[in-house]
Amino acid sequence: MKTIFDIDTWQEIYGVLRKNVMRTIITIIGVMWGIYLLVTLLGAAKGFENKFNKDIGDLATNSVFVWGQSTGMAFGGFQEGRPMRLKLSDAQVIKEQIIEIEHVVPRNQNQKHVVRKFLDGDYSISGDYPLLNEVTPKALLYGRFINGNDIDLSRKVAVISQDVYEELFEIDEYPIGEFIEISKINYKVVGVFKRTNMNMGPGDAIHIPFTTFQKVFNQGDNIGWMMITGKPEFEIIQIEADVKLLLKNLHNVHPDDGRAFGSFNLGEMFGQVTGFLTGMQFLTIFVGISTLIAGIFAIGNILLITVKERTKEIGIRRALGAKPWEIQTQIIMESVVLSLFAGILGIIGGGFTLFLVNMGMKNMGDQAFLLNSSVDITTILLALFTLVFLGTLIGLIPATRAVKIKPIEALRDE
Amino acid sequence: MIQIKNLHKSYPMGKDSLHVLKGLNLHIKEGEFVSIMGSSGSGKSTLLNIVGLLDEHDDGEYFLNGQMIEKLDEKKAAILRNKFLGFVFQSFNLISYKTALENVALPLYYKGVGRKDRLKIAMDYLDKVGLKDWANHLPNELSGGQKQRVAIARALVTKPKVVLADEPTGALDSTTSDSVMEMLKEINREGMTVFVITHEEEIAEQTDRIVRLKDGIIISDEKVKHKIKA
Repeated sequence: MKTIFDIDTWQEIYGVLRKNVMRTIITIIGVMWGIYLLVTLLGAAKGFENKFNKDIGDLATNSVFVWGQSTGMAFGGFQEGRPMRLKLSDAQVIKEQIIEIEHVVPRNQNQKHVVRKFLDGDYSISGDYPLLNEVTPKALLYGRFINGNDIDLSRKVAVISQDVYEELFEIDEYPIGEFIEISKINYKVVGVFKRTNMNMGPGDAIHIPFTTFQKVFNQGDNIGWMMITGKPEFEIIQIEADVKLLLKNLHNVHPDDGRAFGSFNLGEMFGQVTGFLTGMQFLTIFVGISTLIAGIFAIGNILLITVKERTKEIGIRRALGAKPWEIQTQIIMESVVLSLFAGILGIIGGGFTLFLVNMGMKNMGDQAFLLNSSVDITTILLALFTLVFLGTLIGLIPATRAVKIKPIEALRDE
Repeated sequence: MIQIKNLHKSYPMGKDSLHVLKGLNLHIKEGEFVSIMGSSGSGKSTLLNIVGLLDEHDDGEYFLNGQMIEKLDEKKAAILRNKFLGFVFQSFNLISYKTALENVALPLYYKGVGRKDRLKIAMDYLDKVGLKDWANHLPNELSGGQKQRVAIARALVTKPKVVLADEPTGALDSTTSDSVMEMLKEINREGMTVFVITHEEEIAEQTDRIVRLKDGIIISDEKVKHKIKA
């Protein structure tokens, strides 16, 4: 232990490494590159994950969408191919009977022509309850979302997306209180929400109160689909199965009929992406560590050659009274120092690259596909520890070789 | 100081072995200035290596400073070398990327002397061989004679009991050879046992005792009668 804190040890090592700067540099390139890759790729993977989490953060990840299709099996006297329509009452029954469920949000959607002054476009119109804003919160630029009064009074109000706002309004025009015309009926704009990058399920352009939608488009009790969120402690996959089974019961559908109701499980999708990210991180670590090991071997290899070249020097040192372990320690320390030095350079390089990437991403604004790419300090420390460990291990090879050389043979080596 | 009794050494050469030293008997007392003369292949280098604890003998006895040398491991040999022996080699054997001062200080490093003391002592010895002004030069910036003087300073710095010099003038011209020999004589006058190996008659004649070696056997061992300088 004393040797590590002895300035002489370091001077000896410095002397040896400085003796051949070019070789020292070439030696450490492998390890440097390995660590650089590890830091940069891990950082990028983290950035990707951060971005994904941020985008999806608004969405309830334990959600499932359920809609009606048509039956695939004859059952209870009904023919195969009977169309299924979900009813408002279904939503109520589901909410009441399945306790694992947090929210059931019935929704309706239509594609309609929308006009405002001289501008117009076709947009999807959704009939929604205020609950939707709790399940998938909207970032509002202006105004508010649909509220209970809108529902109770079937008000003709609309909450529009940023895209619709930009297309139907003049730049910087204040939209709240203005009217837009959907299928020849005027609606007052009460809110504008920000666009998001991630759109799970059908895209929303204009929200109007659910009850208004019912009346205006003559929907009766029908609903297009429902969004169901589970309580955090329950598995969404199980909830999805329970809901479908209950619906089959309510609608006289064969329990094994796989076609009657369709569903899209957000939680499952989320799990897949998260799994992909984990896989990517694993791959990165694998590639990084492999490169690292290759680099360490390069250091071992070069030190082995160096030992051969330094046979005479080692002989002189031993003639002057260097004990075998002193020679050994020195060579192992050289290996460790090279590895560590290379590692630190690689980390600095990787960190700098991530810094540049983050700067670039910031300039890209919303288009950025990476967010706050970084590597946590634990990973860095772990990598450095691995380097010291592997460096010691690989240093043992040339060190053992060095002390095997008898001083007499070393001195004879002209 | 050095006592050798019936010393044998052979080297394996394929299936056969080459018998290099065939029963040497030699006694060198403290403060002697001895040269071993012999042509190449006479076994003089082998003798030096054994005396210098760089190699092991096969048979016979070797006492260094009263201590019997047998079956030394590398660590013990290293400690004994550091404590009792100073080496001067034909090809100087300085470490090329260390300055003259650092080269001289190196044995003290292995002895465990602290850096400050080490450099101070090394500087004293460099001063002694007249190279104080060259302390911070690298070996390749020094002449052959200067290098050998650095090597001598390095051999002396641990205050050994014996200085072993293997063809110390072999790589030097006659003028610098003389100055190096003068230096060895000077060291000897101060009481150091000096053991020189050479094949040059002129060098051997400058020592006090010449041991002639031929084919692994001592053929003569005589004191030199120096001409008294006026």
